[in-house]
Amino acid sequence: MALLEVRDLQAQYGPTEVLHGISFAVEEGGIATILGANGAGKTTTLRALCGMVRTRGEIRFDGRSITGRATEDVIRLGIAHVPEGRGTFVELTVEENLRLGAYGRASKGDLAEDLRRAYEYFPVLAERRRQTAGTLSGGEQQMLAVARGLMLNPRLLLLDEPSLGLAPMVVREIFRIVRSINRERHVSVLLVEQNATLALRLADRAYLMETGRVVMSGSADELRENDTVRRAYLGY
Amino acid sequence: MDILLQQIVSGLATGGIYGSVALALVMIHEATGVVNYAQGEMAMFSTYLAWSMLNAGAPYWLAFFATLVIAFVGGLVIERVVIRPVEGGSILTIVIVCIGLLFILNSMAGWIYSYIQKPFPSPFSDKPLRIGNVYFGAHDVGALGVTLIMLFGLYAFFRFTTLGLAMRAAAQNPTSSRLCGIRVGWMLALGWGLAALVGAVAGMMVAPIVFLDPNMMSGILIYAFASATLGGFTSPGGAVLGGLIVGVIENLAGTYVRFIGTELKLTVALAVILVVLLVRPSGLFGRAAVHRV
Repeated sequence: MALLEVRDLQAQYGPTEVLHGISFAVEEGGIATILGANGAGKTTTLRALCGMVRTRGEIRFDGRSITGRATEDVIRLGIAHVPEGRGTFVELTVEENLRLGAYGRASKGDLAEDLRRAYEYFPVLAERRRQTAGTLSGGEQQMLAVARGLMLNPRLLLLDEPSLGLAPMVVREIFRIVRSINRERHVSVLLVEQNATLALRLADRAYLMETGRVVMSGSADELRENDTVRRAYLGY
Repeated sequence: MDILLQQIVSGLATGGIYGSVALALVMIHEATGVVNYAQGEMAMFSTYLAWSMLNAGAPYWLAFFATLVIAFVGGLVIERVVIRPVEGGSILTIVIVCIGLLFILNSMAGWIYSYIQKPFPSPFSDKPLRIGNVYFGAHDVGALGVTLIMLFGLYAFFRFTTLGLAMRAAAQNPTSSRLCGIRVGWMLALGWGLAALVGAVAGMMVAPIVFLDPNMMSGILIYAFASATLGGFTSPGGAVLGGLIVGVIENLAGTYVRFIGTELKLTVALAVILVVLLVRPSGLFGRAAVHRV
């Protein structure tokens, strides 16, 4: 069964409609990716899921409709959103950032244990735990953002362009960690990316967006072999 | 020398009060970007409530803590009812609402309690404390003590509790805070509640010095502005330190600079504001506002 199921989702900023009724799904335990160029509506899609823009249509999480819920309430269901631009609390320490990630989760659980696990995935954050988060490099801040999302103990992780502006080596490292989080912690992932090569390698299901519409969908392999996708997004 | 020491301690006592009100201003400013002009009147009104309870025969510390609770809830309710509807509006709108609140609270106090000055008791003995050859006013020392205890309590709350952390987060980055599941609106309301509580402490500590009347806080609010400007409007610790500095400067200037005396004391606050804004607009500890272009 699909963990997240979206049907005919529309979203608008003021009077301008930017999503014209898109449908997609994320399987329980799966990794889905939404590809597309700048301005295709990828970020808006994630924002719509979390009630950050005005939306219509149907969003079902774990069988329940969550359309129109407030952001905080969506998060509290176990949907971690790693936003575009990373959303770092720059004046707080690394560890405080992580503690905030655990703020909205349903069961408080063992915070120390979860911190330890987050540091295990991202050892560099352990070294910098008492440092102000604003002093971290871009890559470290992206890791912090993913780790913060992980602190929610989420069932679904929404990742908004984690590769943006980072060195290829750092990006590969982050993607590797996302994959192990998916496998070891059974966290389903919805990844929004411009870097189609990497995203298709990670995901098992893929959607291609152009100007607010899903124009193609299928397994990651299908999209990788599709000529249009190859020419326009993979560049060979 | 002895007089100098006495004047410094007494300056620190009033400075602590200025610093508290400044802290209340900074807390709300950091969270919402506006200056709450009604902060002083909220403190004044709380002090009147304490006075009512004392008048009805309540023991001092019972009235004190009951007032803190009422002030906290009052601040919370004011944010939810009055500020919330205009939250997304322009800064000017919120400022005007705050000024409206100032006049409403001021007139209400005058209407209920009249404009006649009332003495307000100090919980501390009226015998001066003697340390060596120097005598200190017991209320000065006590008020400074109460202020410091409150400040350490606040510091510990913001530094060590999850709720305090969430409040700091909500003030810094509301969008990210929502994505952590923090109810940002409630954090703002809590901030108003805490600011009102801090103001109430300041009001009850200053009332024995200046007497209780509906306009008691108007001068103090100006000193608080000077303190927050000096310490930096973005720095809670700076605001408190600014308050202590302003308190001492004001007291020493009043004592040693003959033409200032008590009549021109308030001018000192304005002079501080002017000098800081000319020399170092972000204050001693504040961040300079940086905009990416």
